[in-house]
Amino acid sequence: MLFQGRTWVATAGGAAVVALALAACSSSTSSAPAATSPAGAATGGTATGAATGAASGSGTLNGSGSTFQLTFQQAAIEAFKSVNSNMTVNYNGVGSGTGRSNLAAGTVAFAGSDSTIPSSETASFNGKTVLYFPVILGPITMAYNLSGVSNLKLTPTVIAEIFAGKITTWNNPAITGINPGVTLPSTPITVAVRSDSSGTTQNFTLFLQEAAGSAWTLGSSSTIKWPGTARAASGNGGVAQVIKSTPGAIGYVDFTDAKASGLTYASVKNKDGQYVAPSVAGASAAADGATVAPDLTFHAVWGTGADAYPITYQSWDLVFENQPNANDVAMLKSYLGYLLGPGQQLLPELNYAPLPSSIDTQAVAQLAKITS
Amino acid sequence: MSVNAQAGPAAPAGPAARLSMRRPLGDRAFQVLALASGLLVLVILVLIAVTMTNQSASWFTTEGWSGVFSTDWDPANNKFGAMAFIYGTVITSVIAIIIAFPVSVSVALLLTEVVPRRWARPIVYVIDLLAVVPSVVWGLWGILVFAPWLESIYSKIASGVAGVPVLDDLFGQPTSGASFFTAGIVLAIMITPIVTSLSREVMATSPQSDKEGAYALGATRWEMIRGAVWPHSQTGVVGAVLLGLGRAMGETIAAALVIGSSPVITSHLFAPGYSMPSVIANQFGEAAGIQRAALIGLGVLLFVITIIVNLSSREVVEWNARRMKGAA
Repeated sequence: MLFQGRTWVATAGGAAVVALALAACSSSTSSAPAATSPAGAATGGTATGAATGAASGSGTLNGSGSTFQLTFQQAAIEAFKSVNSNMTVNYNGVGSGTGRSNLAAGTVAFAGSDSTIPSSETASFNGKTVLYFPVILGPITMAYNLSGVSNLKLTPTVIAEIFAGKITTWNNPAITGINPGVTLPSTPITVAVRSDSSGTTQNFTLFLQEAAGSAWTLGSSSTIKWPGTARAASGNGGVAQVIKSTPGAIGYVDFTDAKASGLTYASVKNKDGQYVAPSVAGASAAADGATVAPDLTFHAVWGTGADAYPITYQSWDLVFENQPNANDVAMLKSYLGYLLGPGQQLLPELNYAPLPSSIDTQAVAQLAKITS
Repeated sequence: MSVNAQAGPAAPAGPAARLSMRRPLGDRAFQVLALASGLLVLVILVLIAVTMTNQSASWFTTEGWSGVFSTDWDPANNKFGAMAFIYGTVITSVIAIIIAFPVSVSVALLLTEVVPRRWARPIVYVIDLLAVVPSVVWGLWGILVFAPWLESIYSKIASGVAGVPVLDDLFGQPTSGASFFTAGIVLAIMITPIVTSLSREVMATSPQSDKEGAYALGATRWEMIRGAVWPHSQTGVVGAVLLGLGRAMGETIAAALVIGSSPVITSHLFAPGYSMPSVIANQFGEAAGIQRAALIGLGVLLFVITIIVNLSSREVVEWNARRMKGAA
């Protein structure tokens, strides 16, 4: 039969494509050419990429993970070419979860992740020690669309009640009470959320969990079961689009995307009781006020400090402590050293925030732990 | 595409086997190549099935069958039930078929029986062009242009049917343009070209003598189509529609963009929903642990469902063919 034949051909074609894609994924390992690199120099110290120069390894360094890091990684990779022309760095924005499983499977040398390794995943790392290198901070804005209102103030509890579907109109007393002198319309609130799973969602809900207490009951995860009235859209750009096109909408959008889309965003009450608008400086201040564990894990949301913007999130590059050879060690030290050193200066221009020096110094010192 | 071909495959085996002794090299090489390609397809299918089942095993074991087929998908609270996605996949595909079937068959009839050949050709080109539009373009058009436009229509329909028993349950409570129904329409547009083109090919093979016979008996054009073209092409059209159904169920990115991404089971067709391929596309990147296993498991379930659809389409086509043979 003609149709059956076609069906099978179509199915087989699809299967072959999938198989090829899978094969392509698994074959793209991080194996660097076994270039000779003086082991002594490679394990020598904490010097940044710029300082190690020629002794900083050569070959290809592959990373994948967080899309939040993607813009920064692309800019850093481009700039890094002039620092160490012997190295090629690749970064794939496949999402934090996939990045971590790539690292566990050994297909990449470092993984970008917006969260620490969840307990359900630790087994896949087979007991190998993973080092956390924080590299980037960013504010998450509460972007809204209310014509004539440009200086909205929100508290964590009010945000939680809006996103849980409990506050449904803009002139709700809970909102007007904290915005004296601002005329708020009776427009219904349209909540815009992410349809794809995201570190932005995870850290935004972590903020609500930390800051709003019992007002927030939906938990914290990269995917949330939102109330049925929420409008879901893909990516920060998609949420920004919904907010832009829907009067009365509010949503959580990365600072850089909110700026790119020209959205208006609210000031949010921080832990010290101050209303702070999202900014690069406010994000760095929030991380400065965070409690940093010895392994450099922390969360910047709800950090202390009068200038701290409370919905700030961070992303790490995850690396195995023990590397297969000295060249891999040298390459990682060179590139991560660059990200933590001169690379940080690229961030404000991209509307992301650099690490506060308190954390940056610790991260640079931790580079010495990478050994073969 | 003739009905008689059904009985075909087994018949030539005998003489072919005897002939194989003195086949030239080219023939044997071709035979090996064809056999290897055929086996390769099977091996790949089996490998995919095994790998995916393996990677999703932890979902089936931790959730159990009742958990897997529950309606609650809430990663923040470690609940991974697949029912809402299965429901969404079925509903959107059925909507797509209900819309695409009459349109495709009408267009195919138009092209083969009504319009003169020199006009048919440009129409065919245009329809085939629909098939080459990438699905992400359909999705973006759906969410940026089509859904906002539908939103106002949905709310008009909803206010029109408010209070009417069954219709209110189906068409009430629209929240936004992104919904089961929008996804169904976009899928329908996407599968129309293939269903049309396959139906047209079948209809074009209707014997001229049957058609002329019908006219000779005084049939109108409609009676001729009903009596001569349709019985001949029924089987092929059913096959085309089921092939379209398979495509609609597996469509990922267009559905992900316009379906609304809300894992709920509701009779309201204008409400946002979710489908199996789109949840995999949306959540796989950040998924870890059981969620990752559950998403791969959804892939396994989708695999099983599409195999069932494919096999049953075969059954339907063969059953239809046998019936036709009896009639002839």
